[in-house]
Amino acid sequence: MSITEHNEHRPVTAETADLSYVLAVNAALRRALDEVPEVILYGEDVAKGGGIFGATRGLASAFGDRVFDTPISESAILGSALGAAMLGRRPVVEIMWIDFALVALDQIVNQIANTAYVSRGRWRAPLVIRTQQGHLPGACAQHAQNLEAMFAHTPGLRVGLPYTTQDAYDMLLSAVHCDDPVLIIENRSLYFRERVPVAVNGPVQPIGAAAVRRAGSDATVVAWSAVLAEVLAAADELSGEGIEIEVIDLRWLNPLDEATVFASVRKTSRFAVVHEANLTGGFGGELVARVAERCLGDLDAAPRRVATPDLRIPAAPHLQQAVIPQVADITASLRQLVSE
Amino acid sequence: MSEPRETFDADDLRELHRMMAVLRFLEERVKELRLAEEVRGSVHLALGQEAVAVGACAALAPIDTLTATYRGHGWAAAKGVPVVAILAELLGKEIGTNGGRGGSAYLSSADHLFLGENSIVGAGAPIALGPALASRYDGSGRVSLTVFGDGAINQGSVSEAFNFAAAFALPVVFVCENNGLSELTRIDEMVADDQLWRRAGGFGLPGVRIDGNDPVAVRTAVREAVERARAGGGPSLVEAMTERIAGHYIGDHELYRRPGEVEAALTREPLVRSRQRLRELGVSDADVDDVERGARDEVDAATATARDAELSQSSTVREHMYVDH
Repeated sequence: MSITEHNEHRPVTAETADLSYVLAVNAALRRALDEVPEVILYGEDVAKGGGIFGATRGLASAFGDRVFDTPISESAILGSALGAAMLGRRPVVEIMWIDFALVALDQIVNQIANTAYVSRGRWRAPLVIRTQQGHLPGACAQHAQNLEAMFAHTPGLRVGLPYTTQDAYDMLLSAVHCDDPVLIIENRSLYFRERVPVAVNGPVQPIGAAAVRRAGSDATVVAWSAVLAEVLAAADELSGEGIEIEVIDLRWLNPLDEATVFASVRKTSRFAVVHEANLTGGFGGELVARVAERCLGDLDAAPRRVATPDLRIPAAPHLQQAVIPQVADITASLRQLVSE
Repeated sequence: MSEPRETFDADDLRELHRMMAVLRFLEERVKELRLAEEVRGSVHLALGQEAVAVGACAALAPIDTLTATYRGHGWAAAKGVPVVAILAELLGKEIGTNGGRGGSAYLSSADHLFLGENSIVGAGAPIALGPALASRYDGSGRVSLTVFGDGAINQGSVSEAFNFAAAFALPVVFVCENNGLSELTRIDEMVADDQLWRRAGGFGLPGVRIDGNDPVAVRTAVREAVERARAGGGPSLVEAMTERIAGHYIGDHELYRRPGEVEAALTREPLVRSRQRLRELGVSDADVDDVERGARDEVDAATATARDAELSQSSTVREHMYVDH
């Protein structure tokens, strides 16, 4: 991770603002545009419309032609971001829904991810793709997927999924300052959570560290993004039964902070991973494999995965609830884990 | 077919001929190296298409960028990438453009603002929007040229790029190198209107079809497009008509060819054409032979250097995945 030096000439003052998640995204983008002259921001409906979730509201009027709307052309958005990054810009582009990235996967996987490696670093692609994923009640199967594993499977891409409002701000800013291509996957169910105090003018964080959200001694649970709300609720419930779960917010799938996971597993001797993505090929399988490779002797029980089964995602809310991990699914699985 | 005004003299054409001969001998050398299995993997030759690359790149300034296709060895050379670096890349050598990471179909050179070949048909066009977009902010006056084949024009990514460039009047020159064949399939069977240049009109950009076996015609048309782009007049499409006198790849049985097609093409390929023109300008065949001998010597010397060079180091194969790691 390299932190560019734009920041270092400015006095850094402790400063907080009461922000929702989506406003934290907006604040990070505003700061990036303000501090990094090479940043340009574009995508579908991001300028005059301010983004369909309002994440980019007000930025076009503040930063003029550095913020602009594009045609509904994901290949052109992503390809142009790559070409502009190769020629010295630091584009931040929005793909409105992660499902839409699939129509332009070529530009992400075949083009962007190859740039630095194939040229031995002589070409670079310092760009950020902002997108969001996950289900909300009524969202159809083409607007409710969780595809992070697909991108984490692509070497060359940094992949981060901010859960906390502070991380919505910090991780996006870190991504802008990173010289590698970074995919930031937000979750729209978090956008309009209550406002919380967010440190908004602090130093840019390095990418790649996991965060322990709750300390515990009986089992380690790794999760990321919106499902952490269910995991933390499950941990609270189990705490009332005398079971203390350590909850790790993985935050970044690439770079992957294995050390924090392994250290926790060695302490608790039990491991589970929870994700909203489908089970097969989900990133949870990768974590279980790594824990097995490195911590098998420390485990008192087989690792467990709680995930959406291998189904398409139905639209009706009651059908979604029947397949997407709920608090009760998590508590049930963890009770078994600690009883083994 | 529109015929832009062409101005040239014997010295000018002699130099274009020399460069086309370099590209020709480079491709013939690549073919030999591939057949000898010194070069491994898929190799796509641009034999017969030299005038498009040479003419188009002659219209570019050093600040201008290029994205090309997997049939792009000649485009790289015409953009200024040394022949030795191209051959060394195909041979997996450290001094290759990409130290063996790119290979025949995906080589690039930052030093020459050659963003690269591309093995995904049509993928270079969206990427070429980027340098043009960047020039809006950096004041460089850069123009971005992207070349793709007739087959690529049926990719959605190319249509997206046409529209995006036109909507924002970006300084992009789209060159469609129409050799009549999209890989192993005839383009006229894959489109209802095989006047591909006419697609430009639907996107609101100027389009022109030119003789792509004439480097002067190519240079003239591309120069006009480059000057328009640099002056803020937005993108253009140049459809350069040419013929591939090789298979799609080495080993292609060319079952799609019509009887006599290649033989006819050989009578009007760029080097035959420009030799005839030089003769008309008073340059003797012996002089042209000298020019070609010089080109061949250049390729021979590059081959020797590339062959003698060290293989890239396996110990470095994990490097450069990330800028910081």
